[in-house]
Amino acid sequence: MNRPIRVLIAKPGLDGHDRGALIIAQALRDEGMEVIYTGLRQTPAQIVATAIQEDVDVIGLSCLSGAHNELFPEVVRLLREQQADDIVVVGGGVIPQEDIAYLKEQGVAEVFTSGTTTTETAEFIRRVVKEKGVQA
Amino acid sequence: MENKSAKSRWEEKTVRWLEKAPERKQTFTTLSGIEVERLYTEHEAREEWPGEFPYTRGIHPTMYRSRLWTMRQYAGFGSAKETNERFRYLLQQGQSGLSVAFDLPTQIGYDSDDPMAMGEVGKVGVAIDSLQDMEQLFAGIPLDQVSTSMTINAPAAILLAMVIAVGEKQGVRPEQLRGTIQNDILKEYIARGTYIFPPQPSMRLITDIFQYCAEHVPKWNTISISGYHIREAGSTAVQEVAFTLANGIQYVEAALEAGLEVDQFAPRLSFFFNAHNHFFEEIAKFRAARRLWAKIMKHRFHASNERSLQLRFHTQTGGSTLTAQQPDNNIVRVTLQALAAVLGGTQSLHTNARDEALALPTEESARIALRTQQIIAYESGVADTVDPLGGSHYIETLTDQIEQEAEALIKRIDELGGAVHAVEQGFMQREIRRVALETQRKIERGEEVVVGVNKFTLENETQPPLLRVNPAFAKEQIAALKELRATRNQEAVNQALARLKQAAAGTENVMPSILEAVKAYATVGEICNALRAVFGEYKPV
Repeated sequence: MNRPIRVLIAKPGLDGHDRGALIIAQALRDEGMEVIYTGLRQTPAQIVATAIQEDVDVIGLSCLSGAHNELFPEVVRLLREQQADDIVVVGGGVIPQEDIAYLKEQGVAEVFTSGTTTTETAEFIRRVVKEKGVQA
Repeated sequence: MENKSAKSRWEEKTVRWLEKAPERKQTFTTLSGIEVERLYTEHEAREEWPGEFPYTRGIHPTMYRSRLWTMRQYAGFGSAKETNERFRYLLQQGQSGLSVAFDLPTQIGYDSDDPMAMGEVGKVGVAIDSLQDMEQLFAGIPLDQVSTSMTINAPAAILLAMVIAVGEKQGVRPEQLRGTIQNDILKEYIARGTYIFPPQPSMRLITDIFQYCAEHVPKWNTISISGYHIREAGSTAVQEVAFTLANGIQYVEAALEAGLEVDQFAPRLSFFFNAHNHFFEEIAKFRAARRLWAKIMKHRFHASNERSLQLRFHTQTGGSTLTAQQPDNNIVRVTLQALAAVLGGTQSLHTNARDEALALPTEESARIALRTQQIIAYESGVADTVDPLGGSHYIETLTDQIEQEAEALIKRIDELGGAVHAVEQGFMQREIRRVALETQRKIERGEEVVVGVNKFTLENETQPPLLRVNPAFAKEQIAALKELRATRNQEAVNQALARLKQAAAGTENVMPSILEAVKAYATVGEICNALRAVFGEYKPV
């Protein structure tokens, strides 16, 4: 059965920079995906609850405040705790190279930093969802 | 007319020239979409003088010939002690004013131990929980000599009260204090996101501050009406001017409704703009904003004090123009943007550091950013005459165009019932979003070139060493906060918070009870929670 890929774009923590999150949400919609945007100031627990309730394939986390090392792994941990770790977590924002390695170790599938095109992000999501065996 | 025929002769010649040398694009436009002509040969004649209404050419008659702009670098991270060290370093290096960056929990009214603060303590700025932290932040910095700007909005009253209290401990009277609080909540709803309370009580907090400062802290700039973040969120230059001035109009109206006289508070209104990439459009933008605001204050609000008519502004170079790729290129971007701000007549300036698309700046990067301003000020000669580009056909025409377009957009906001209603209806948010998406698409299609990102890229770049906030810091801050709560006079805190709630629920000015709570070492989170209980919280549209 073919269904569109479902993506939750989320802003964990207190960061108010939503330009990137809003752009990526719209760009993925234009790529034919179904996108839900959480709005600002979501706790990891709220994000995971929304992701499960909305039955998404992917969570895209956006953080420009430097809190990514604390907040992104917490989302992954809560997904595992709730046996929802089939949901792929990707991230973006102001994130130094050395943190990207750490985040991947923690289970974040990919980190997109400044300068990444929206098409590259969409292609990655399609590929990784396909690998997971979801037909889309 | 001889001139006319000379022009048509030139135009005919140019048609032939174009056959050999076609132009790079069919149309050239500014970032606001204003079409740029091949050559400007005339502009509307005006008699405008610096230091005189409508201040297009600058708010002072001699501008930088008398006094250079204030070099004010925004800084703050980790603990009050570390930030205090960075402040002293910047002052030693010749910076002329301070600008405090607070962390997000402080800006949104959460204590460092609040679950909502997870991961954010000390990250984008200094963590301030109580007066104790503020005392450390300004240790050894005389508040009667150094002016202090604070990027604080929803809890602005609390942080201002803390400055007053630290001043008192230093023996500085409130009337001697000089500085600025951002205190611009409307752009938080529109673009920046550090709101706490709904619009109506937020506007009341702002007018309470206007009133209190007019009486007690007369040299303090009570608001910095900010286009900076509107631009960062993606707006055009025209939208930046229009939305900022529309917000300004709303603050003036709120203060008038609260019973203040226009010339009582308007001299303390200040502004904050972005210096973005399109060099000439930015210069024209600053000139147009000054002219438009002067006219608004004179004709719409009948202000008569000269200072009420003068748009004084701080500028920061455009953070969103910085690239993570080839970060040293950012030094050049910042230089051009800073030059535009100076040619546009700014009163103070922050130049971004080269590594800010990656992290907070290292000490070395912060120093280069400051040196960039010093080179413009002391070596380039651009500060030696007033409004050097005034009279340029191009700049004057662009100034008029930006003024007209911004005025039309302000009129649309007026028709929506003013800035608060426009924000509640999501008007500005939608307009900015639309432009941000367009810009992204232009960059992805290569129509807008970003050097080092979509053109002239490098393979296998390595990142420079970056500043890291001490990861153990949050634990230390939380421990210090627990210690404070255990040792302060809890009864005094409870009483002060109860009185604050009473004031907030009535119509009495809240500033005196906030000051009392601050002096009792009530925390930012506790004071904000007291206000949340009365005012409620803002839910975005």
